[in-house]
Amino acid sequence: MSTPEPNVPGPVTPGGPGGAETDGEHPGRTAATGQGGGRHRRRRRRGEQPVVPEAEFTSYYGMPILNRPTWKALDIAGYLFLGGLAGGSSLLAAGAHATGRRVLARSAKIGALGAISASTVALIHDLGRPGRFYNMLRVAKPTSPMSMGSWLLAAYGPLAGVSAVTDATGLFRRSGAAATAGAAVLGPAVASYTAVLIADTAVPSWHEGYRELPFVFTGSGAAAAAGLGMLAAPVEQAGPARRAAVFGAALELGATAVMTRRMGLAAEPLERGRPGALMRASKVLTAAGAAAGLLAGRRSRTAAALSGVALLAGSAALRFGVFTAGVASAEDPKYTVLPQRERLRARARERRREHAGDGAGGTGSGDGTGSGNDGPAV
Amino acid sequence: MTDTAAQAGDTGPSTSGGLLHGAQPDVAGAAGHRDHPQRVGFFTDTSVCIGCKACEVACKEWNAVPEDGLELTGMSYDNSQGLSASTWRHVAFIEQRKPLGSQEPGVVHGPAAGAGGAEGMGDFDVFAAAERLGATTPEPGAPAGDGPGTPTGEISPIAPDGRTELRWLMASDVCKHCTHAACLDVCPTGSLFRTEFGTVVVQEDICNGCGYCVPACPYGVIDQREDDGRAWKCTLCYDRLGAGMEPACAKACPTDSIQFGPLDELRERAAARVAQLHAAGVPDARLYGEDPEDGVGGDGAFFLLLDEPEAYGMPPDPVVTTRDLPSMWRHAAVAAAAMAAGVAACFAGRRR
Repeated sequence: MSTPEPNVPGPVTPGGPGGAETDGEHPGRTAATGQGGGRHRRRRRRGEQPVVPEAEFTSYYGMPILNRPTWKALDIAGYLFLGGLAGGSSLLAAGAHATGRRVLARSAKIGALGAISASTVALIHDLGRPGRFYNMLRVAKPTSPMSMGSWLLAAYGPLAGVSAVTDATGLFRRSGAAATAGAAVLGPAVASYTAVLIADTAVPSWHEGYRELPFVFTGSGAAAAAGLGMLAAPVEQAGPARRAAVFGAALELGATAVMTRRMGLAAEPLERGRPGALMRASKVLTAAGAAAGLLAGRRSRTAAALSGVALLAGSAALRFGVFTAGVASAEDPKYTVLPQRERLRARARERRREHAGDGAGGTGSGDGTGSGNDGPAV
Repeated sequence: MTDTAAQAGDTGPSTSGGLLHGAQPDVAGAAGHRDHPQRVGFFTDTSVCIGCKACEVACKEWNAVPEDGLELTGMSYDNSQGLSASTWRHVAFIEQRKPLGSQEPGVVHGPAAGAGGAEGMGDFDVFAAAERLGATTPEPGAPAGDGPGTPTGEISPIAPDGRTELRWLMASDVCKHCTHAACLDVCPTGSLFRTEFGTVVVQEDICNGCGYCVPACPYGVIDQREDDGRAWKCTLCYDRLGAGMEPACAKACPTDSIQFGPLDELRERAAARVAQLHAAGVPDARLYGEDPEDGVGGDGAFFLLLDEPEAYGMPPDPVVTTRDLPSMWRHAAVAAAAMAAGVAACFAGRRR
């Protein structure tokens, strides 16, 4: 065992020490990640300053550095979609309630209740110990978006429920109006916090977009709710829904464009493979749904309904795209290693510049010793 | 990172009144422990790891960690592959065609070097050579000894019998017990907590298996056990610490590659060891995770490595994700307000 194979690659070979050789012998074991360095060697990003100059990196047999998120796509990406739909619907419901659009209001209220109920089921289903779901309300922790979200849902869910039930039964109208208003206050928070929920992780393609992701998600939530409104309400009441669709779609598409431009290498998983296909489908469906709704949704009930379906599908595709892109970025060590290496190099350059400026009298006692994370230059 | 000013100034409140990032000297105190013992941790000196996996076994036995899969991976001697819910110590094996310090594989000693090979060996006085050891400190990275040297970094089959340079790196990985632990920060149930020793432990009677800690960990340590549903990781043998004993892995380590003790003392020892290795011609030696100013505020379990961290499967510059959380909440609040304002505006204007 101590005799090396004749062709063991050197230490800085992409795929890691012994990586290429191991790939050949154990294709099953390293198929997903082992070729991380080799397969994506060339970066093809249109006309941008590369954030990471070259995609050469060391890894441990191509194994991922992060552990793969254990969340199930259907549950959690589904929840991201339904949470946005519920939040947007509560806003639409309050507006329609206040302006006397009764069918739009009722459909939005029932939509919000249905979406948030299904969300709760999905969230509990995803737990490793569903029987202990009540432990979510054991503490209130601002550092845990999931804790904040649990309390938010605990407040929002009943409001959405009262709002929908009073509307459907006609009982307790004043309480119903108050609940509708309350749900509209909390609804945007429900739609927006889910972005923090996934951004507050070490997963590159979720974390790096943390500035724009809340806008992507609220835009998508507004578009989805507008889609539901156009699907369920008659055309003469759905005017605000058509406009909300345009607003939501514009916010979502604009924020997504800014986000992917600023994320650097972490944007790559959003553009490749299945996540990339979902993101592209989302873009087309959302844009087409909003445009068709605005242009034809006033005249044709069928066109309005089709637009609504496209908007809902576009929002769902976006959430599944973002979710699966994050999982893909966690599974490939390059998305973890390359940006961090680049960060270290930038810091080293800065320090050298400072030292050059200072002359000889460097004050840094800790970092100059060759210890620390900034090992020998690569 | 446009929010550097905000990050530097506004650290935001954590549940414990501690910081979200940066150096934090009294981590247990910040978590609310009064009169707590010294912060303890591991210093894993991989330069003396022999890959025996006694740590893996001791950990499994003491903590009753279940079997984690029986698989022959072909990754050198590594068949446990990485840290997981049921692998709390993991020994990495890395084979490289690279000299380890001034080691010269296949070198022919003595005056007959290069001429006769095995015959020359007979004349070589190993005792005389041993006396010379340490008297001359080789230039870091420079070829040492009398034999034909190889320029550093170059790979060449230098032995007549075809033997090449080899260094076999072994390293026992473990939970880092970060000063700013993302797993702990994001845990919604309070199952993960900071002990009086400054370590991070999961309370298994609280954990409901939400899985949030798994993607939060920048090192890929904590994981969910599939059949059980809950999250598990190294406890730094919390039960043993309470009884004044050292963790099982450190106890079992035959070469003291895994050293347990008060963190301050370990840091001193580690700095001395790095200096010693540099002087002995191992310029690759570097510490990983010991810097209290790094992205996680320093690790409670840090390492002496002989190559870049990523070669061992560790992130080169991990940052605790919650460092950016105050900024995330602000962005989310603005996004929610924008959504409310935008949809409200859709009801303004003409009634249709």
